[in-house]
Amino acid sequence: MKTTAFTKFHEEMGGKMVEFAGYLMPLQYEGVSVEHETVRKGVGVFDVSHMGEIWVKGPKALGFIQYVTSNDASVLFDGKVQYSCFPNGKGGIVDDLLVYKVNDETYLLVVNASNIEKDWNWLVSHAPKFGLEVGKDLYNASDEIAQLAVQGPLALQAMQKLTDTTVTDMEYYTFKKLDFAGVKDVIFATTGYTGSGGCEIYMSNADAPKIWKAVFEAGAEFGIKPIGLAARDTLRLEMGFCLYGNDICDTTAPIEAGLGWITKFTDSKDFIDKEYNLSLKNGEAKRRLVGFEMIDRGIPRHDYEICDAAGTTIGHVTSGTMGPSIAKAVGMGYVPVSLMKSGSEIYIKVRDKLLKAVVVKMPFYKG
Amino acid sequence: MKIPEDLLYTKDHEWLRIEGDTAFIGVTDFAQSELGDVVFIEVETVGEVLEQEEALGTIEAVKTVSDVFMPVAGEVLEFNELVKDTPDLVNKDPYGDGWIVKIKITEPAQLSELMNAENYKAQTGH
Repeated sequence: MKTTAFTKFHEEMGGKMVEFAGYLMPLQYEGVSVEHETVRKGVGVFDVSHMGEIWVKGPKALGFIQYVTSNDASVLFDGKVQYSCFPNGKGGIVDDLLVYKVNDETYLLVVNASNIEKDWNWLVSHAPKFGLEVGKDLYNASDEIAQLAVQGPLALQAMQKLTDTTVTDMEYYTFKKLDFAGVKDVIFATTGYTGSGGCEIYMSNADAPKIWKAVFEAGAEFGIKPIGLAARDTLRLEMGFCLYGNDICDTTAPIEAGLGWITKFTDSKDFIDKEYNLSLKNGEAKRRLVGFEMIDRGIPRHDYEICDAAGTTIGHVTSGTMGPSIAKAVGMGYVPVSLMKSGSEIYIKVRDKLLKAVVVKMPFYKG
Repeated sequence: MKIPEDLLYTKDHEWLRIEGDTAFIGVTDFAQSELGDVVFIEVETVGEVLEQEEALGTIEAVKTVSDVFMPVAGEVLEFNELVKDTPDLVNKDPYGDGWIVKIKITEPAQLSELMNAENYKAQTGH
């Protein structure tokens, strides 16, 4: 099992360690509810070093990214981040990712830990068409980079103490390279997976321990706490953010997953599965990922059946939980398009009983 | 990890407190700590006579679902209204207000199969 540059800190701080995507990671420290609320109301720190980082460089970088991702990377400016996905050529998704534009010839792709190898092989297979040299123009830096997500309404204020560059006024989904906690060339991005604001910080493994300590010292007066994977999941689910492997996967199309907003059919952009997704957008889609709220008492869980009133299975729950900030049991799942509208009644099969639920607009948590 | 001396325990981490021919059942401090924050408890067996090790209900934590089993055969007399409305009592007071059901013991001989505090402590390694 792989460790990260922060593993010993998790153990020292009492993290309950579990295997996740081949890495030894903290599931929780004090408890998922406390950690969840810490991020909603204050500031919390996630080790997200398991995420993968792939550099795309050179004059063909943009053309390559335009072809392998669904979103329109040509609209990015230097220092801008974009959510996107890799369509897989069979109507599904290889992975979802963030695209960071450093400059016209330098992009950073940040991918899911569980998919690093699959993504890398996928990108390598398309590199020759664009003349990208693997290992140079396309470079997998996943094992060299550590990452912390510092999230919550107080995160930027706390992190401002560690840099002379102003970060508190940074727009959502932008980044800067800056001196941070005495370390040069740290990538500081106002991104995250919680819906409560904050930043994600990329550094070399060698600088990681120093930055961890500085982050906790700077955050002490704000009540900063380490946060585990369990709260990461409840936080993202309250926002309706997709989790690869649950809500999107090799067999779900971006359009079916409600990711039309990151699937751009502009004339200037050809990309993998463009025609297929366009046909889905133009009325061919049969199913749709929706959010739902339980009306009857019960908690939806991954893989539970979604049924109609007659008890016929019409889909499956892809993610579900009791949402600590909303005090409601909520979930996501694919339903026939006829039931995708808010207010549609569906039933979740929980321990052989049909429990009533209603389709609602996401996010579930409205801050 | 608290393991009161006056209770009996199962390998599945339930505890049982005997009061005459009835008993209170809950889950142990170890179990609640492994489950994490309990958010929902379902017991739909009130009035039923259940076998030993039959599921009497379900505990849902934020991230996990776990059945609760009958330590001994009996009739489920009562579901603790307190934990129905405030499930995190199972975390905060697992041996007190966090009890889950009260049963009437129908097979008292099975009590001898349960562990005392010392043996349970040895099993959990705490």
